Amino acid sequence: MSEPIIKFDKVVKRFGDLTVLDELDFQVEQGEKVTIIGPSGSGKSTVLRVLMTLEKINEGVVYIGGEPLWHESRNGKLHEASEAHLRKMRNQMGMVFQQFNLFPHMTVLRNLTEAPVRVLGMSKADVRQRGEELLDLVGLSDQKDKYPHQLSGGQQQRVGIARALAMRPRIMLFDEPTSALDPELVGEVLNVIRRLAKEHDLTMLLVTHEMHFAQQISDRVCFFDKGKIKEQGTPEELFKAPKEARTQEFLKAVLNPD
Amino acid sequence: MFFGIEWDTSSNLAFALSILPILLIGLWVTIQATVLGFFIALILGLVLATLKSAPTRLISWPAKAITEFIRDTPLLVQLFFLYYVLPDYGIVLPAFLTGALALGVQYSAYTSEVYRAGLEAVAKGQHEAARALNLPSPRTFTHVILPQAIPRIIPALGNYLVSIMKDVPVLSVVTVLEMLNVATIIGDRTFNYLIPLSMVGGLYLILTLLASSGVRYIDVHLPKRGLSLK
Repeated sequence: MSEPIIKFDKVVKRFGDLTVLDELDFQVEQGEKVTIIGPSGSGKSTVLRVLMTLEKINEGVVYIGGEPLWHESRNGKLHEASEAHLRKMRNQMGMVFQQFNLFPHMTVLRNLTEAPVRVLGMSKADVRQRGEELLDLVGLSDQKDKYPHQLSGGQQQRVGIARALAMRPRIMLFDEPTSALDPELVGEVLNVIRRLAKEHDLTMLLVTHEMHFAQQISDRVCFFDKGKIKEQGTPEELFKAPKEARTQEFLKAVLNPD
Repeated sequence: MFFGIEWDTSSNLAFALSILPILLIGLWVTIQATVLGFFIALILGLVLATLKSAPTRLISWPAKAITEFIRDTPLLVQLFFLYYVLPDYGIVLPAFLTGALALGVQYSAYTSEVYRAGLEAVAKGQHEAARALNLPSPRTFTHVILPQAIPRIIPALGNYLVSIMKDVPVLSVVTVLEMLNVATIIGDRTFNYLIPLSMVGGLYLILTLLASSGVRYIDVHLPKRGLSLK
């Protein structure tokens, strides 16, 4: 088997006294679509935030394509990574946020072009063209000159997805992309993610509460509890025949809330 | 006679009209002191804000202490200090400059907080999105954070401009011939304080109302979501 594209090796993340990731071992293969589910506070968003280098880790090593993310090896030893190293590693990932985090003062198209022009050193014309293609992909080509506040939540999140894709990442991280949306707007965002999952060989890591959606798009579902993977398997295995009592309890609570 | 202008004490109205040009000369000094003091406060405040947000405590702590010290001591004390103590160390400034400097130093403590609060009010998610997109930090500051902070900063700075204007009469104690000082000198010479002081109050009222409505106008017309980038 080839090298996993993402590998957590005994990763510990603490916030003060609270241990959010508890010696986590976790791997994702190239092109795999993995969904993380679990109760709040189980550390599932932290996994994404650590990968996007928004949260430092306390112990262990995270590898992206075999290379340490938070460390650099010099003289055979691992040292804390420099900003230059983090910049290089970060370029391989894109993130979609729960709260969209679009730049409110930039037009939709500018949201998509700002970073690629600066970071990838592509020409403005190329970046604009690519931006328009991506807006087309998420079904928003007629909205490119609007500002985020003029769009619905669902449209804003689709812009968020296009913005992350504009950086040509190998790995896409979705942090509860539909949790801040009105129920009737969830579908349009899930449709975009579903299409991405089908048509692209992107590696996708998704934290969500949409269990049916997770079932449809995932190669593998991981149930997180207390900073560890309590149980994982194909959607079939995990949703139809969970082994662990904690998983059964969680699934029962989210699938049949009454 | 003052500034070469004679006054006419034959009636209250004639007196008021005759000293108006004298007071307007004082008003002009008031405006100059306000503008210069505000300018110093803007620059010095930016320096203090930058130092206070420095990553090392060796720099940020003294800057915070200085801000706190400036804020917690009266303007008059600072003014006397600059006016009487600086010459002992060979720094002799005209009264007007000393006064404007005192105003600028005093208000730099406030403007530095305005800058800081404005920058911190930009949502954390904006920093995270910029980081996730790998935007370089300087670019993040100038094109993501600053355009969103400026519309919050400007109205607050405008309010301090109005405050500085109302503090200019303090400079009269170090002989700056701003409007209040001019009015009391007229009073001393004519034994009529009522009319010149009332006029100072009236002129201040007009000036403050104008400045406040200017600040409000800017506030209303600033783009709330940040200076737009197409």
